[in-house]
Amino acid sequence: MSPRSRSLLAGRGMLVLFMVLTLVPFATLFTTALAPQGSIPTGLGWPEDPQWGNFVDAYRVANLTPLLTSSLLIVLGVVPASLLLSSLAGYALASLRVPGANALFLLFVLGLTIPFESLITPLYYQVQALGLLNTRLALVLPLIALYLPFGVFWMRAHFLTMPAELSEAAYVDGAGTWATFRRIHLPLAMPALSSLAILLFLWTWNQFILAIVLVDDPTKRTMAGALGAFQGRYGTDIVLLSAGALLIMAPTIVVFVLFQRQFSKALLQGAVKG
Amino acid sequence: MSLGSSTATAGARATARGPAAAGLPGASRVGRRRRARRSWGHLLYVLPALCVYGWFVLYPLLTSVQYSLYDWNGIGPATWVGLENYQRVLTDPDQLETILHALELIIFFTLVPVALGLLAASLMHGLPSGPFVTLSRTVLFVPQVIPLVAAGIMWDWVYSSDGIANRLLELVGLGDLARPWLADFTTALPAVGLIGSWVMLGLCTLLLLTGISKIDPSLYEAARIDGANRWREFVHVTLPGLRREIGVCVTVTMIAALASFDIIYVSTQGGPGRTTMVPGVEIYRLAFTEREIGQASAMAVILMALVLVMIVPVQRLTQREDT
Repeated sequence: MSPRSRSLLAGRGMLVLFMVLTLVPFATLFTTALAPQGSIPTGLGWPEDPQWGNFVDAYRVANLTPLLTSSLLIVLGVVPASLLLSSLAGYALASLRVPGANALFLLFVLGLTIPFESLITPLYYQVQALGLLNTRLALVLPLIALYLPFGVFWMRAHFLTMPAELSEAAYVDGAGTWATFRRIHLPLAMPALSSLAILLFLWTWNQFILAIVLVDDPTKRTMAGALGAFQGRYGTDIVLLSAGALLIMAPTIVVFVLFQRQFSKALLQGAVKG
Repeated sequence: MSLGSSTATAGARATARGPAAAGLPGASRVGRRRRARRSWGHLLYVLPALCVYGWFVLYPLLTSVQYSLYDWNGIGPATWVGLENYQRVLTDPDQLETILHALELIIFFTLVPVALGLLAASLMHGLPSGPFVTLSRTVLFVPQVIPLVAAGIMWDWVYSSDGIANRLLELVGLGDLARPWLADFTTALPAVGLIGSWVMLGLCTLLLLTGISKIDPSLYEAARIDGANRWREFVHVTLPGLRREIGVCVTVTMIAALASFDIIYVSTQGGPGRTTMVPGVEIYRLAFTEREIGQASAMAVILMALVLVMIVPVQRLTQREDT
């Protein structure tokens, strides 16, 4: 065996090890979910008599239909609005002359460093004052705002890559900034917008702290928030909890696998543009 | 929102590119004059975002600072106490310790994933691209897309007395080491930290891999001609070439470590004792269990400051425009 092929083999071996370490927790959760309910499974090896019905029970017990509906409603409230506001502001900060543009941009970017926990207490009292506690709006409105730093940053970075000649040509043809934005820049921004949409979907779906603080009723929460409540109630039945956890995380994995290419592209664009 | 934070870095760079983009040689004078003339109107594009952002981020931010100066239980009257809440957080060993825990988590959320990510990315780069590399990249990334709550529940089970961690130890004859890892005073914090390593590894690998593939291949050739072995190649070509990507990874994962909440809330609630208590969970506990709004807010402000203090030097070091 040549030194080169040996080193390739060692590299593959090491990566296989990384993959195994990544997958072991999923695997043990899966085999546990198939054990008889109420038993204390080993989490090691394939169960003798896999209880596929556990997933059905978990679906019913976790009340998954209203949960899915709720999460989708929240996503539908958050994502389109975030996309709209982000692209408007990102476009102006990148392609138009806005007074104080740098200061405004800095103000938005500052938001990227704010931990959600740092705002949760005032948000609670603010949402309470608006009479929105325990409603989905209590999650939707703050989430739109909390995602704006990233959205504005993201869309601005996209619009900066657009050649200025594109707008110039439109202005010369008599289009105003709005028409230029609507007819030329927005259609060209579709890839950036769809990547952003995927990221925002995942972040909304997985949002936890806002959900547990602002909404008591698990069926009005995000998926992650509901999972927290599910853990609280069925934490002792490890089999059912495992099945429920798998069901609740499945949609994010499906979305990731389906949109994998866009997802990595989005991520890389966002992080290492330049 | 771990990914979101990554953009602070790119933001700095995009800002630097801004003026250049506006001043392209082809930009016509007519167009530019039109744009300049209408400038105040252009604020209308930013205004909707600014209002929502101001309403639900900037305003709460200021209220946080305001609350931090009062003694308030959230319902009754509030009493002005000045900086007393800050003094409490910074002198009470229990509360100060939460900050130390967060700093300790940086080892697991940042150091481990960046080091292993460098290894994984170098390995992937060294292999011929194909389904194997794509598969390993995808698999390593999956922990990043599931809810952190789910990661917490999963690992809670892995670490439990009956869990797979202990079973595997027994299998290899190290059964004496078996214990409920998250309930043990000495192992709870590292155990929680390792969940962070597991979540962050894929993100770092992917970012670093992209960085490596952008390094000029002729640099590697030159190093090889000079007789560099793989280690020297790594130190002298790969590492310097990845400075920015490493900066992004460190920034993102460090924010995730300092602002950790979901994993810890689900797996240990800060226990046993307060051995895994971190600022995020402490803010939640103080505000919604203890009803100490002032204290919670002081902790919140300190957490925000801590994030800035930690990431600004990283940005400075890794995002210079030179070289």
